[in-house]
Amino acid sequence: MSESVKIHVENLTKKYGDLLVLDDISFRIQKGEFVCVVGPTGCGKTTFLNLLSCLIEPTHGRILIDGIPADPKKHDIAFVFQEPSSFPWLTVKGNIGFGMRMKGWPREKREKRENEILKLMGLEKFAESYPGQLSVSTEQRMVIGRAFAMHPDLLLMDEPYGQMDVKMRFYLEDEVIRLWKETGTTVIFITHNIEEAIYLAQKVLILTNKPAKIKEQLSIDLPHPRNVSDAEFIRMRKYVTEQIKWW
Amino acid sequence: MKKEKFLHRRRFLLASLLTVILFIAVWAFVVETGLVSTRYLPAPAQVLKTFVQKLSDPKPEGSTLGANILSSLKVASVGFLLAAVLGISLGLFMGWYPPVEKFVKPVFEIIRPIPPVAWIPITIMLFGIGFKAKVFIIFFGGFIPCVINAYTGIQLTSRTLIQVARTYGAGSWKIFWAVGVPSSVQMIFAGVRIALGVSWTTLVAAEMLAADSGLGYMILMGRQFARPDIIVLGMLIIGGIGALLSVVLMRIEQRMEHWRMKR
Ligand SMILES: Nc1ncnc2c1ncn2[C@@H]1O[C@H](COP(=O)(O)OP(=O)(O)OP(=O)(O)O)[C@@H](O)[C@H]1O
Ligand SMILES: [Mg+2]
Repeated sequence: MSESVKIHVENLTKKYGDLLVLDDISFRIQKGEFVCVVGPTGCGKTTFLNLLSCLIEPTHGRILIDGIPADPKKHDIAFVFQEPSSFPWLTVKGNIGFGMRMKGWPREKREKRENEILKLMGLEKFAESYPGQLSVSTEQRMVIGRAFAMHPDLLLMDEPYGQMDVKMRFYLEDEVIRLWKETGTTVIFITHNIEEAIYLAQKVLILTNKPAKIKEQLSIDLPHPRNVSDAEFIRMRKYVTEQIKWW
Repeated sequence: MKKEKFLHRRRFLLASLLTVILFIAVWAFVVETGLVSTRYLPAPAQVLKTFVQKLSDPKPEGSTLGANILSSLKVASVGFLLAAVLGISLGLFMGWYPPVEKFVKPVFEIIRPIPPVAWIPITIMLFGIGFKAKVFIIFFGGFIPCVINAYTGIQLTSRTLIQVARTYGAGSWKIFWAVGVPSSVQMIFAGVRIALGVSWTTLVAAEMLAADSGLGYMILMGRQFARPDIIVLGMLIIGGIGALLSVVLMRIEQRMEHWRMKR
């Protein structure tokens, strides 16, 4: 059991000066698990991901990936940011290969993988286009493809669909599930949207108001693809909503 | 779509051509009617004649037109290229590495407001009036805008894009090349365009004060020999080459930034 634990988070605490944002958070994530984190606005969700990706240092506590302290140089971590993050001067193909180039992958291996992802995402005909020529949803698909490209140990997604309309959102949710299944990546996905969390996650972490603690860890055993009008689905959604009323 | 663009281009070209013709017509009119004496302003035809003659005749100031152009271009290009290479590098490092910024910026802020022409006297004292002196003056003219624009450009690099690179484990130097430099290209080009203009302008000033050949020198001598046709010819050639260089620069920019054009 314990050898399939991918991520260990122990007593994670973050203060900005005197402002306590994350208060002693501990949990584990299994290899290949899809975890959603829900929490109120400004409770510290982005801070939490920035810690996991080592963009900022924790005040206390530590994060282990495969038993080793998380380090972007050793681990393959990918991050889909809350705001647009494509490189406008690189083609779609160049964007997808960006992480592999930063990691110094040999050219052949990189190109093979770029083509795989292009095919997987149905982006082949856009391979030589630039992000500015794409629609918003296609651009976001490219960003997600880039994140999955190098089989990351850990994929962090910070409200990636926050600004999208419902239709595009459903479409991209299915897309992320499909990629996750094909690649077996461990995913932490942050969202405001309870329905989205229940639709995607195997495990939901509910955070409290700032300073954020874990209020509850909820397992969802429903098989994918899920049906939003399924009785069990609705029960779960109501339950989480109930928990959140405490905010 | 394509056709529309083509038509638009043609109309644009036609308009430009008309303006030039109008300009020459007004010029000819002013001279022919005696509104301005040909002692001060030569007729367009006279300038054309001088142009053809100057192609092979070094008189009155000592060099053929071609030799003058070459001399000016040589000085301008050496000064300008030095300014671009050193200025862009310094600007980029200043904008990327805070220690460099802290160290260099105060000195730079003092040098910055000094107009390039103000460097001329000290330059003559240091280097005389030769090639080196002129290159030095032009260098200063072009250097400043290159530094400022590269510095501002790289500071505007999106934080999110830097973070993307950081999560992939890239170090500062790698991110500098992969994210910082490409995202400042547009600003750098704007700086280089200004630098090119300043270099060309300063060149003439430098040659007027200290030179024995070149377009600026030719103009100056035109005045001494009371040959307004030579002055106007020199001015037109300077303007023409300046415009040509800026077109070349624009083409290079379009090449490097072709993703901007595709929208
Ligand atoms: N660099 C920083 N310095 C000081 N305070 C910060 C910093 N970054 C975030 N904070 C504070 O920490 C708290 C949590 O911010 P964070 O961005 O992590 O919240 P969030 O849950 O991601 O919010 P949102 O739902 O808007 O995305 C906020 O009160 C914010 O003001
Ligand atoms: Mg956030």
